[in-house]
Amino acid sequence: MSAKSSAERAAARPLSPFMLGQYYRFQISSLLSITHRITGVGLALGTLFLAAWLMSAATGPAAYQRFAACARSPIGLILLLGWSWSLLYHLCNGVRHLVWDAGYAFEKKNVDAGGWAVVIGSVVLTAAVWLTAYI
Amino acid sequence: MSLRSPLSQARGLGSAKDGVGHWWAQRLTALALVPLSLWFVFSVAHYRVADYGTMLAWLHNPYVAVALVLYFIALFYHSALGVQVVVEDYVANEAAKLTLLVLAKFFHFALAAASVFAVLKIAFGAY
Repeated sequence: MSAKSSAERAAARPLSPFMLGQYYRFQISSLLSITHRITGVGLALGTLFLAAWLMSAATGPAAYQRFAACARSPIGLILLLGWSWSLLYHLCNGVRHLVWDAGYAFEKKNVDAGGWAVVIGSVVLTAAVWLTAYI
Repeated sequence: MSLRSPLSQARGLGSAKDGVGHWWAQRLTALALVPLSLWFVFSVAHYRVADYGTMLAWLHNPYVAVALVLYFIALFYHSALGVQVVVEDYVANEAAKLTLLVLAKFFHFALAAASVFAVLKIAFGAY
């Protein structure tokens, strides 16, 4: 027998491994789940940009022009693209969660299909928003 | 047989002392945010709000101003609840957790106040 105490062995054993990584076979639900949280935190930080936009409008035309210039810079547009997709992804996946909360679509087939619908839906909606802005 | 006291069962608030209030608030704000968010992103994309005059005209519409205030209440409430859960799940150190929870609350209240005030200032202002 090894000299390890039971406490040491218990400490080395993964008790509740993270959903992504070597301990579980890959499945779309776990990837979408952590993406839901990451986009949520990103959107929470993005409210700083939202509030800055509105405050610049309330301050006056010069402040608004400065903000608009930042928002239309390459970095600003990349951030806006990221936030728009994050919002629409979080919205689509949020609806998926609400459906589960109501007690529906728990079968593996429906869980996977819903996951892909969220991925496709969020990309289509993001494309629709940016087409609306530039057409 | 339950080991819980009759009073704690009647209150139904569990060991966290707030029952399912947090869970319900997150779902109700989520439900409200579905139409409000879609309206918001498509409106901002549709009206050329990069132009100051267009932005002011948009905010002067009372229906837009009311919808924006509703959107911000639901948005910042939902965001505060969500960030709270993420901090509670991933920050193990008690001092760091408490500090982050307080900072997140202040962050959300401050930005909610700023966003609502900015909309109302323009909506009530001369045009």
